[in-house]
Amino acid sequence: MSALSCCNNSAPFRFWNSSIGKKIIVALTGIILVGYLAGHLVGNLLIFQGEHAFNEYAHFLQTMLHGYGVWIARIVLLGTLVLHVVATIQLTLANRIARNIQYQCPDTVTATVSSRMMIWSGSTILAFIVFHILHYTVRVSPTLAELGENNPHAMVITGFSNVLVSLFYIVAISLLCSHLSHGVGSIFQTLGLRSHKTALAIDLLSRAYALAIWLGFISIPVAIMVFGFGK
Amino acid sequence: MANLNLTLKVWRQLNADDHGRIETYEAKNIPNEASFLEMLDIVNERILVDGGEPIHFDHDCREGICGMCSLTINGIPHGKDKGVTVCQLHMRSFKDGDTIWIEPFRSRVFPILRDLMVDRTAFDRIIEAGGYIDIRTGAAQDANNLPVEKDKAEAAFEAAACIGCAACVAACKNSSAMLFVSAKAAHLNYLPQGAPEKQKRTLAMVRQMDAEGFGNCTNQYECEAVCPKEISADNIAKLNRDYVISSAKEAVG
Ligand code: HEM
Repeated sequence: MSALSCCNNSAPFRFWNSSIGKKIIVALTGIILVGYLAGHLVGNLLIFQGEHAFNEYAHFLQTMLHGYGVWIARIVLLGTLVLHVVATIQLTLANRIARNIQYQCPDTVTATVSSRMMIWSGSTILAFIVFHILHYTVRVSPTLAELGENNPHAMVITGFSNVLVSLFYIVAISLLCSHLSHGVGSIFQTLGLRSHKTALAIDLLSRAYALAIWLGFISIPVAIMVFGFGK
Repeated sequence: MANLNLTLKVWRQLNADDHGRIETYEAKNIPNEASFLEMLDIVNERILVDGGEPIHFDHDCREGICGMCSLTINGIPHGKDKGVTVCQLHMRSFKDGDTIWIEPFRSRVFPILRDLMVDRTAFDRIIEAGGYIDIRTGAAQDANNLPVEKDKAEAAFEAAACIGCAACVAACKNSSAMLFVSAKAAHLNYLPQGAPEKQKRTLAMVRQMDAEGFGNCTNQYECEAVCPKEISADNIAKLNRDYVISSAKEAVG
């Protein structure tokens, strides 16, 4: 028996390669990402508390656990995202293959539009995450890099003063909202925690969470672009 | 009510290797009280009289319990009426002048045998993998000697209503068989006779489902919406749960 075939039979490998197992991974990584979003939003909203509070918060993130904290968070989040993306791409490809011939006259009874474009909302989110990290974390723009060192608050205001940046942000957050409106409720079903008794409540929770995330994140570029906040 | 004049757009395909195509038929003077399959019988008789090859489709009991009939009508398996099979669908559900698209149940796992007939033996292989109880559990009266909680008895009974028609697979955007597999597993896993083999059964049935090449569930509930027996997607949640627990138990030995 080769080393590979022994791994092929290992329990984690089998779990990952089963349809339900892979979906469980999607749901568990989904929970981490959903939880992270809530924390990220609360932090971001400190911008409305003023320059001092926001910069204090940014400083705290950079220095917590002697500067290791932010790296631990980055590594955990990156690993989570990679698992989520690899699993969902594999699942989506398998789904396309299973329905190799489409109906000539297709119809849909209850599936929501959001649920049918998860791969597209997800891909936009992925593109956005790459851009967002280059923009505010790596800071490829020299202007933002300089501001970011001394005054993260000013960096955000300057960053969102660019109309194209703000528009892409709003589009990406809107698709994130769509992703969450199906995704949050899906977590419960995938983990076996939904039944017809709780279905309505879970559906409402899912939409309410998606809406809260949308309003919260959008409020910052809208405040800056439309209401001239911080300028 | 006056009889109906309809246009049918029907999938015709010689065998699994043929490409297949939609062909158009005029279905004139169809009585309102005819069932959908009787309408096809009438059309077929006319095709025969004209010397053509009749439209092949699966059917058997024609009273909604055998699970043979399997037509996708205007994009919805068994048509848009809720909780019925095609054989229970009646022409009074249509209007004069309607165009009706009739296609087979679509899935890579169900090769087309001819026209609207598909090969659903993948379902049989899933049952063979674990959809049974290994020991003799006695005759009907023995069932009453075993106390079963009311909730569980009802859930098992509802899951057992599945006739294995595969409308769930045909309706699912991903051709997933989760509703079928979860109903067949839940039906036995809920009951005291089936529970001892729950772990073995759950793993074996899900693995066979995967091996057949069905798609994955994306929680869109199209299956539940078209199921002629109104099998609940709660069974899918239960299967997910049971699969995780069974995998964990298997891993630790
Ligand atoms: C902040 C980022 C993200 C969050 C919070 C998130 C959240 C979720 C959640 C909660 C689910 C439902 C899990 C389930 O079915 O139980 C899900 C599903 C999915 N996600 Fe994401 N996701 C994110 C990023 C992405 C990215 C970058 C992709 C790119 C490919 C993606 C693609 C998908 C797909 C295709 C599904 C559907 C999978 C299925 O139902 O089989 N997601 N996501």
